[in-house]
Amino acid sequence: MTQRIVIPFGPQHPVLPEPIHFDLVLEDEHVVEALPTIGYVHRGLERLIEKREYPEYVYIVERTCGICSFIHSLTYCQGIEQIMGIEVPERAHFLRTIWSEYSRLHSHLLWLGCFADGIGFENLFMGAWRIRESILDVLEQTTGGRVIQSSCKVGGVRRDISAEKLDQMARDLDGIQKEIADLTTVFLQDDSIRHRLKNVGVLSKDDAYHLGAVGPTARGSGVAIDIRQTGYAAYDKLHFEVVTENDGDCYARCAVRARELFTSIDLIKQAIAKIPEGPIDIKVTGAPNGEYFSRSEQPRGELVHYLRGNGTKFLARSRIRTPTLTNVPPLVKMLQGCELADVPVIILSIDPCIGCMER
Amino acid sequence: MHGEVSEMAFFEMAKTAIKSLIHSPATIRYPFQPAKKTPISRGHVIVDASRCISCGTCQRKCPSQAILLNKEAKTWQIDRFRCIVCNSCVETCPVKCLVMDTQYTAPVTKKSVEIVTITYVKPPKPAPATAAAGGEAKT
Repeated sequence: MTQRIVIPFGPQHPVLPEPIHFDLVLEDEHVVEALPTIGYVHRGLERLIEKREYPEYVYIVERTCGICSFIHSLTYCQGIEQIMGIEVPERAHFLRTIWSEYSRLHSHLLWLGCFADGIGFENLFMGAWRIRESILDVLEQTTGGRVIQSSCKVGGVRRDISAEKLDQMARDLDGIQKEIADLTTVFLQDDSIRHRLKNVGVLSKDDAYHLGAVGPTARGSGVAIDIRQTGYAAYDKLHFEVVTENDGDCYARCAVRARELFTSIDLIKQAIAKIPEGPIDIKVTGAPNGEYFSRSEQPRGELVHYLRGNGTKFLARSRIRTPTLTNVPPLVKMLQGCELADVPVIILSIDPCIGCMER
Repeated sequence: MHGEVSEMAFFEMAKTAIKSLIHSPATIRYPFQPAKKTPISRGHVIVDASRCISCGTCQRKCPSQAILLNKEAKTWQIDRFRCIVCNSCVETCPVKCLVMDTQYTAPVTKKSVEIVTITYVKPPKPAPATAAAGGEAKT
């Protein structure tokens, strides 16, 4: 019988931008079991809800994640608005959708770049990040911040986008779409990338469903779950197809994200075409009293904010369930039976956001 | 089919690589070229001490508790290391004496707070339009 050895992976590792630890139980080069350990970057953000008034907590909540910050603030504001029964103006819904999709574009491009770097394709990494820069420029021009937008607030949004700027954004997206098409052709059709990713870290559809996979991890295994289909913000007025792949391997997860870039561009164009005129916020008075589970689709999957108010300016409880947390059990499943050399690629393939997960 | 596909991807990558070779750099040659910023970029908060009425709204609305107002000493203090540049104070200031500058704060070697002495003088009631004070002092 082969002797089993345990190899520690992380919390510091060249492919990991953030700290997570795995004890990999190996038999020769095969991983038999992977035991995750988390808790290296816990910041106690949820507890701060008791010490900050609910309108100011938006700034805290969006700092949960440095990538999908806007969607965190949107989910939180949406939850408070539901508890308080606030009707947000239609234009604010559309603006929230546009910024959400720009966030998704920049997050997916960031991941594609990091992934290319993880598999040793530096040139492609720089190509992806060059396109991402033009997305970040738009976010800065419209909100004042590159990754921390601070443009969402309870009752609407804090900034409007002028009609000229929206037109320009729509025009610029055509050029960006072409660049992304060139980039994704390499990701999806290059021989070396296909060899590196095909049949690596396979997650079956059943496992994806039962282990609670969300986002591109679930959609790469053929589980068509996308919270945008529930129609929050302005998604109910836009049309899009959920992107799925059936192989469940690293290539499928990469393909889902690559194809979702085009869905996002299409959604932004639709939103720009349909955005109504009108106010962008309403005055909010009073304090939330009640509880609500607010859900949204982050670039990494379903995000849940549980909020409970007690009738004061300070909420009693906030609980943030981020997609990476639910994608860890599927990741452990993917790692079982893989080769040691494939572990970094498989871990990257779920797009882990550890800071987000530990809050 | 597979051969065709990979050939296409190879040309795509070669095209991108050649384009990158002949194009000017995608990055800015900072510090020889100025960094990119927009008119609404959030750099750092500045205060006009001659207009501050010491109401304390900015302190209450600051999510990171970076601002400290001392009404007795007439000082407005900001800890740049705590400030998250969220624009909350600028939006809620009733007299609009706070402004968001687009320039990021310069790096420093030692943590410190910035204290501004408030020079605003409340105009006397009989002639509210004539009395005003100006000037700014930093320590």
